[in-house]
Amino acid sequence: MKLSEEEIERFREELAEILDYVKQLENADTKGLEPTYQVTGLKNVTRADKPLDYQAKPDDLLKRAPDTLDKQFKVKRVIT
Amino acid sequence: MADWEPISVIADKVQKGELKAVDLVKRSFDMIGRTKDFDAIISVPEARAIERAKEIDAQIAKGQKVDRLAGVPFVAKDNFLTFSGKTTAASHMLENFEAPYQATAINRLEVEGAICVAKSNLDAWAHGSSTENSDFFVTKNPFDKTRVPGGSSGGSAAAVALKIAPFALGTDTGGSIRLPAAFCGIVGYKPTYGLVSRSGVVAMASSTDVIGPLAASVAEASIILDVMAGRDELDSTTIERDTEGYDVQTSKFKLQNAKIGVIDEYLTEDLEPGVEKQVDAVIQKLKQAGTKIEPISLPSLPLALAVYYIICPAEVSSNLARYDGQRYGLFAKDAKNLEESYMLSRELGFGAEAKRRIMIGSHVLSSGYFEAYYQKAQTVRTKIINEFTSAFKKFDFLIGPTSPTTAFKIGAKTKDPLKMYLSDIMTVAANISGNPAINLPAGFSNNLPVGLQIIAPMHADRQLLAFAKSVEELLA
Repeated sequence: MKLSEEEIERFREELAEILDYVKQLENADTKGLEPTYQVTGLKNVTRADKPLDYQAKPDDLLKRAPDTLDKQFKVKRVIT
Repeated sequence: MADWEPISVIADKVQKGELKAVDLVKRSFDMIGRTKDFDAIISVPEARAIERAKEIDAQIAKGQKVDRLAGVPFVAKDNFLTFSGKTTAASHMLENFEAPYQATAINRLEVEGAICVAKSNLDAWAHGSSTENSDFFVTKNPFDKTRVPGGSSGGSAAAVALKIAPFALGTDTGGSIRLPAAFCGIVGYKPTYGLVSRSGVVAMASSTDVIGPLAASVAEASIILDVMAGRDELDSTTIERDTEGYDVQTSKFKLQNAKIGVIDEYLTEDLEPGVEKQVDAVIQKLKQAGTKIEPISLPSLPLALAVYYIICPAEVSSNLARYDGQRYGLFAKDAKNLEESYMLSRELGFGAEAKRRIMIGSHVLSSGYFEAYYQKAQTVRTKIINEFTSAFKKFDFLIGPTSPTTAFKIGAKTKDPLKMYLSDIMTVAANISGNPAINLPAGFSNNLPVGLQIIAPMHADRQLLAFAKSVEELLA
């Protein structure tokens, strides 16, 4: 991500303040506790490995891209 | 303009031919025109709405039965993918994006006969508490144009308060349904995490994002939840619905049976006196109604905001990585090579708050900081969940204010991102833990609405709605 000089100055202060605020967690006693990454308790939700008859078709997705070639996304030159 | 009749009455009249769906949709368009000054709406999918309304009227003329939302107009926050017109997430990145498919929530509402009449404003990507972070314009509070409607679902909350439609959809990742509902004096419902499919909704923080209704009353919100709730094979995090459903229109919850905990930590914060007064009044009324009501301390709740501002940006930085300009969304034409096209597309497509969250998120997930920030936050999350679990062994519901203040002035917090984040101090905990929670209007302070928050155990959505309906009647 590109940032302007002004953005860099502004974000430097703001992000420092935000990170300083979240640092208060350092003092929380979490001995013996495990992290919680998700709250549903669901595990290994699977479905049959078959294509769904879905609302959007490949062409619907491709036509939203800035450039395509032979049903593929075309990007700018990688090495210049 | 008069209030909308209850959703069930509207649908019934449409089914009987006493009301035309086309006229209901036109009434919404008329209200959008009349309330333009409030800037609640980003776009109006007019042609499709009229077409759908005509279809419904034609089906009914032929004697066919349309489902329980026949002809009922609604507003969707503009981070719900919808056919016809644009889905922008109020961002420059998606300013010209036309969705190739619709959100499951929208499809389920349409199957029952509801009609999307407008896409509402939000903080871009749903990042914010005031709708001032919209990349397009600021929505004004329906009660005072110099104040914010709350956020991030500020356009949806304002649309319901301005009577543009009987209900609206929002998303709530850290309070984004409940806070604007509180500031705009309406009901806002945040379901248990996973109850409503997130398929087709622009992802913010995937482990706390939920979808819910904003409406004039609890009964109205409950019908909409009932239509949307349940497993969806397009979202593997969705959970089973309650076998009895969520529609509480006819339920009669006896308040004297309720055991209610008043959250200490939310009453000792810097509460605005008018908010404190209204919340106290609710507590007194609940006592008089015979509920068992006592204070309860959840000592880790004040840490929830710090937990949130690690988890949320971490997930945001991951979810926003897809907006690289290559497949859809804004694309920087002038870039010389691939790398520059990523950099420039993001520079132009993301506003200041998205950039902040991408940077914080990338930082807290980076090697060397991951344990200290991200993992620590997820462990404090466990501590918060444990405190809720033990509180709910003693109490059926927990209550407190939704926000420490009423709607604040436009511009009051935009210069200070941390101050803006603190607006969510009382709502984020339920997102961290996944618990269902509701905002109920609880009177006014200086002519601005005050919001009461009720939090319930995981999966107790039906009970929460039934209880909230009885509290609503008590406060009426």
